[in-house]
Amino acid sequence: MANPSQTAPPLLEVQHLCKYFPVRAGLLRRQVGEIRAVDDVSFAVYPGETLGLVGESGCGKTTTARCILRALAPTSGAILFRTQEGTVVDLAPLSEAELRPLRREMQMIFQDPFASLNPRMTLFDIVGEPLLVLGRMRDRQQRMDRVAELLEMVGLRPEYMRRYPHAFSGGQRQRIVIARALALNPRLVVADEPVSALDVSVQAQVLNLMLRLQQELGLTYIFVAHDLSVVKHFCDRVAVMYVGKLVELAPTRSLFFQPRHPYTAALMAAVPVPDPRLRGKMQPLEGEVPSPANPPSGCYFHPRCPHAVEICSQEPPRLQEIAPGHFVSCHRAQELELVGVDAAEVPGHEG
Amino acid sequence: MSNDPAPLLVVRDLKTYFFLDEGTVRAVDGVDFAVHPGQVVGIVGESGCGKSVTVKSVMRLVQRPGRLVAGTIRFRPSSQSAQRWPLAPDGTLDLAALDPQGPIMRAIRGGEIALIPQEPMAAFSPVHTIGNQIVEAIRLHQDVDRQTAWEWGVERLAEVGIPSPAQRMRAYSWELSGGLRQRAMIAMALACGPRLLIADEPTTAIDVTTQAQILTLLRALQEQHNMAIIFITHDLGVIAQIADHVVVMYLGRVMEAGPVEEIFLRPQHPYTRALLRSIPSIHTPSRTLLPTIQGSIPHPFNRPAGCPFHPRCGDFVPGLCDRNTPEPVPVSPTQTVSCHLYTGELHGEPIPDRSSPA
Ligand SMILES: Nc1ncnc2c1ncn2[C@@H]1O[C@H](COP(=O)(O)OP(=O)(O)OP(=O)(O)O)[C@@H](O)[C@H]1O
Ligand SMILES: Nc1ncnc2c1ncn2[C@@H]1O[C@H](COP(=O)(O)OP(=O)(O)OP(=O)(O)O)[C@@H](O)[C@H]1O
Ligand SMILES: [Mg+2]
Ligand SMILES: [Mg+2]
Repeated sequence: MANPSQTAPPLLEVQHLCKYFPVRAGLLRRQVGEIRAVDDVSFAVYPGETLGLVGESGCGKTTTARCILRALAPTSGAILFRTQEGTVVDLAPLSEAELRPLRREMQMIFQDPFASLNPRMTLFDIVGEPLLVLGRMRDRQQRMDRVAELLEMVGLRPEYMRRYPHAFSGGQRQRIVIARALALNPRLVVADEPVSALDVSVQAQVLNLMLRLQQELGLTYIFVAHDLSVVKHFCDRVAVMYVGKLVELAPTRSLFFQPRHPYTAALMAAVPVPDPRLRGKMQPLEGEVPSPANPPSGCYFHPRCPHAVEICSQEPPRLQEIAPGHFVSCHRAQELELVGVDAAEVPGHEG
Repeated sequence: MSNDPAPLLVVRDLKTYFFLDEGTVRAVDGVDFAVHPGQVVGIVGESGCGKSVTVKSVMRLVQRPGRLVAGTIRFRPSSQSAQRWPLAPDGTLDLAALDPQGPIMRAIRGGEIALIPQEPMAAFSPVHTIGNQIVEAIRLHQDVDRQTAWEWGVERLAEVGIPSPAQRMRAYSWELSGGLRQRAMIAMALACGPRLLIADEPTTAIDVTTQAQILTLLRALQEQHNMAIIFITHDLGVIAQIADHVVVMYLGRVMEAGPVEEIFLRPQHPYTRALLRSIPSIHTPSRTLLPTIQGSIPHPFNRPAGCPFHPRCGDFVPGLCDRNTPEPVPVSPTQTVSCHLYTGELHGEPIPDRSSPA
């Protein structure tokens, strides 16, 4: 599939985004430190593309996503969003009232399809709520028509409108969540681990649905996930985070076949491949992810990095464009020969 | 390995049902499998197919309204403890016939068969240190003093790769990171040198790099102690990397079972084939539609008659698949499939030689 053009101006540009949470202790709840959940992260998202955001638990994926949608107020940085009218607005400093008219253009799909639906609301209420609240669609019949259309779009029967979420399976609930997110024709959809809680067979159904809707509606996705196989399958470009920092950002193929950051390469080597012939290739990385409240000096990855040299523990590396569209933050990016997913060793895959 | 004449565990026609007011959930409905000494058996299947209930049944931990309604669970205890127990002439003991709360079952749980439960927080009490809990577990099964048990505990923590183990013995489980807690859990399960370790989704909630560490650790421990492992997961990648033998479950029944190569390269059951096709692999082409399995898993009260997979099966034969429940038939000396459509003609690729380096 052709990559969406990056010649168009970006739909979203995140610049030097930071989100620090205070760490409090003691009786007086005095601030004793801070968690740098997102620390100087910059990237752009182009219209019609899917940008993947990957990294291990706690690296700041959800916090980044929530800042972009202004469910959280960033500590600093800019979030430049190109509105339908073509003007560029910085969402970071806006008040809730100022954000309101922009909210319909950006929607979020949450991780857990069981927790994100109110059990006391019918599908009509759930999917129709944004139409009423943000869309000011007061006419009930009009809302019913639109909800029916949305349910059909995600492969659910319109007759289900009067049912409650408990009557649906995990995959069906995620479809409901998607229908709700699409109610107001958003342009940007941020999906936070939309398939992580689903079984493989259901996961495939939801991923296919998201692909189809993207093509039909021209959606732009930010796709947060920790499963690299899913990300490789689904994304045009991928951003890798480690302890609040962006360490690498590249088109999916380059990232997987020629990773330039040792952490990206280590992540790939740890993915269990569903083929017993490729056994024993898994190379576990030593050590553990550091706490964002107490990160190491220099490059945060240096204590676990097999390629670390002196400078790595002393100076934090800067994100640089090492090849067109390929950004990496590593002192040794130019000289290292890293191994990604080796296309050559892949035996013929069924299907 | 799988031809070892004396299996450690043989489960036959196991049925465990839950009797609820709304109806009966046939969570495990006629399951067969065997585990040989030193073998890693992977149980795969989608959520709710009965993986956890199967192993809880083996441990005799199923509680009301659940009940083991049929089947045998023949286990071969280690020679030491066996002298005191009423073994069958073949040296095995039917766990299904034992009192779940009786002294033999209590000695077997933790001593001969150890379980790492699916709920990670359930394994450790938050109010006791990890050390005290490990010492407790050791002294329940072995006649040693506290001091010795403590030293063994430190050795176990060191063995699973926990840094400064003596110090960590005094820590509480909630003070450890996810990866360290998982290791501590394995150390605790290994405390009494079980012959069979059952790990119920031990890596599902943890990151890939930690998962790779844990899988490598389990493999190493299995080799050092010649311990058998039952490894439960819904991640087929993990199964391909760790299991010697695979059991594929769907709605409380075994659809297909065999050596890992046969299951992945020569799957005979339409369900196994569909499952394998639906996973996006790091090696499959990007941004294409994935083959899916039509429909969804039925509600446990509405179990389909005949083959449980027939309503979702692309090859379903009316009048046959929806009437008769298929029994397992051999595909090879080591592989079995439960499917009416299997005629003896094999699908798939030749199986590479097992003796090639792993
Ligand atoms: N409201 C909050 N207050 C304090 N710390 C927070 C808060 N939200 C997140 N954090 C911390 O910020 C860091 C990043 O969290 P975040 O949820 O963004 O990670 P993530 O990459 O989404 O992880 P996961 O894969 O587990 O969802 C973590 O250390 C987390 O504990
Ligand atoms: N205590 C219980 N009461 C009633 N039904 C139960 C109980 N425990 C399990 N079940 C049912 O038994 C079936 C099998 O459950 P089990 O926990 O074994 O599934 P599983 O394969 O381990 O799934 P998962 O991958 O989600 O852990 C399910 O339909 C479940 O709802
Ligand atoms: Mg998250
Ligand atoms: Mg389970």
